[in-house]
Amino acid sequence: MFRNQYDTDVTTWSPAGRLFQVEYAMEAVKQGSAAIGLRSKTHVVLACVNKANSELSSHQRKIFKVDDHIGVAIAGLTADGRVLSRYMRSECINYGYTYESPLPVGRLVVQLADKAQVCTQRSWKRPYGVGLLVAGLDESGAHLYYNCPSGNYFEYQAFAIGSRSQAAKTYLERKFEKFPESSRDDLVKDALFAIRETLQGEKLTSSVCTIAVVGVGEAFNILDQETVQALINEFEISGEEAPTNESAAEQAGGDADSAPDQSGAAAEGEAAPMDI
Amino acid sequence: MVSSQNESSLLSSEGDSQRTQYPYVTGTSVIGIKYKDGILMAADMGGSYGSTIRYKSVERLKQVGKHSLIGASGEISDFQEILRYLDELILHDNMWDDGNSLGPKEVHNYLTRVMYNRRNKFDPLWNSLILGGVKNGKKYLGSVSMIGVHFEDDHVATGFGNHLALPILREEWREDLTFEEGVKLLEKCMRNLLYRDRSAVNKLQIAKITEEGLTISQPYSLKTFWNFAAFQNPTVGAEGSW
Repeated sequence: MFRNQYDTDVTTWSPAGRLFQVEYAMEAVKQGSAAIGLRSKTHVVLACVNKANSELSSHQRKIFKVDDHIGVAIAGLTADGRVLSRYMRSECINYGYTYESPLPVGRLVVQLADKAQVCTQRSWKRPYGVGLLVAGLDESGAHLYYNCPSGNYFEYQAFAIGSRSQAAKTYLERKFEKFPESSRDDLVKDALFAIRETLQGEKLTSSVCTIAVVGVGEAFNILDQETVQALINEFEISGEEAPTNESAAEQAGGDADSAPDQSGAAAEGEAAPMDI
Repeated sequence: MVSSQNESSLLSSEGDSQRTQYPYVTGTSVIGIKYKDGILMAADMGGSYGSTIRYKSVERLKQVGKHSLIGASGEISDFQEILRYLDELILHDNMWDDGNSLGPKEVHNYLTRVMYNRRNKFDPLWNSLILGGVKNGKKYLGSVSMIGVHFEDDHVATGFGNHLALPILREEWREDLTFEEGVKLLEKCMRNLLYRDRSAVNKLQIAKITEEGLTISQPYSLKTFWNFAAFQNPTVGAEGSW
């Protein structure tokens, strides 16, 4: 994408029918550090890579608890993510106050998407520069959604966003078919493997990643560092190969097809991203 | 004249006060019980205008969405207002078109918020409401008063029902009542109310809500018994001038 005369404000269409400001906002998501989500019938796991500016500083918080039954992982402009998380928390609390019942995840996601859409149609606003992986549980089961700066949202069995997320997506595409029946611990293990893929050789330790889980009988909670490190050690995956019982279709993914209904997000930058 | 204007403007929000001071056309008791398959509710069809029984075909039991049933006593026009609120609530819920729907617990709490907020503005909706329903196999029965007092129970009643029907229900209610047993129990309570509540009329409806759906019966009457010996010659013990 290069600069052109149609990309100055969000309310200008390009002759090809694109809103460049929105697409640039999606670029911001791709530049953020990776976040991944995966779900089974009863649990949803979120994981993200922690990037600290320097050794002296702490890393930014990218996973937020929105309610007992909903949590969100973000990639992109974390400040925008924080603001949207606050909005989501507010909506959940208001719904709970009026109805004594948890807000259905699908409705929260639609409200979030409509909020993002507003910013694509006002000349005095800019799109939110953050992608959100919303994980939640409600009456109709476990859900994982991806909310885009464009105002689109999709439901996924598993997804990854942020930098080097394609590596994680490739891993998830190989594994996703067994996720619905996976146990909670297997899901967490797969999340750690997926995070490892995005690290491209860096050592996987609990200081580099954050894991959060929500499920039937388990309120949304972020696992603490010791637990995560213990899991990493147990699965012996810090830098080593995946255990042999994983086999079947290892390596040589490259299957361009088998883009399942749920795991969308095809080529980046080929089609106009709003088409995805 | 000036001072009386100031007095009323202290309590009213704008010049033209719309507060409910007292009810005009009222319905009397509603009773609700949980039974084996769901909820049963009974209410008569009377609308009193003070001490006159003015209207005798007032439907005080209504469906709310897919899963709930509401019964109301008190000011009928306020009940109609509440039905409009609920209509809008259910409409917006359906417009989401996403497979989720508001259950009886959610509707009950919504009504509690409405009633309590009106009470805080000194402009109550002059009703006592009973909300019952079944969703995903779970039975729910709750009550809200005009000041926002709300609770759930296995059997609830409004107005005179609290004093005349609840004692019967506390004695004879069981978790596993069949439909026929439940109706008989409700009829026993309604008959008692008919004898003792002056605003009761002998024309009632019974509504049943289960996981499958809701039915409200056609109006019918209860048999009553008046052939007590003491009624034959009522003044035999103490003759009076009339």
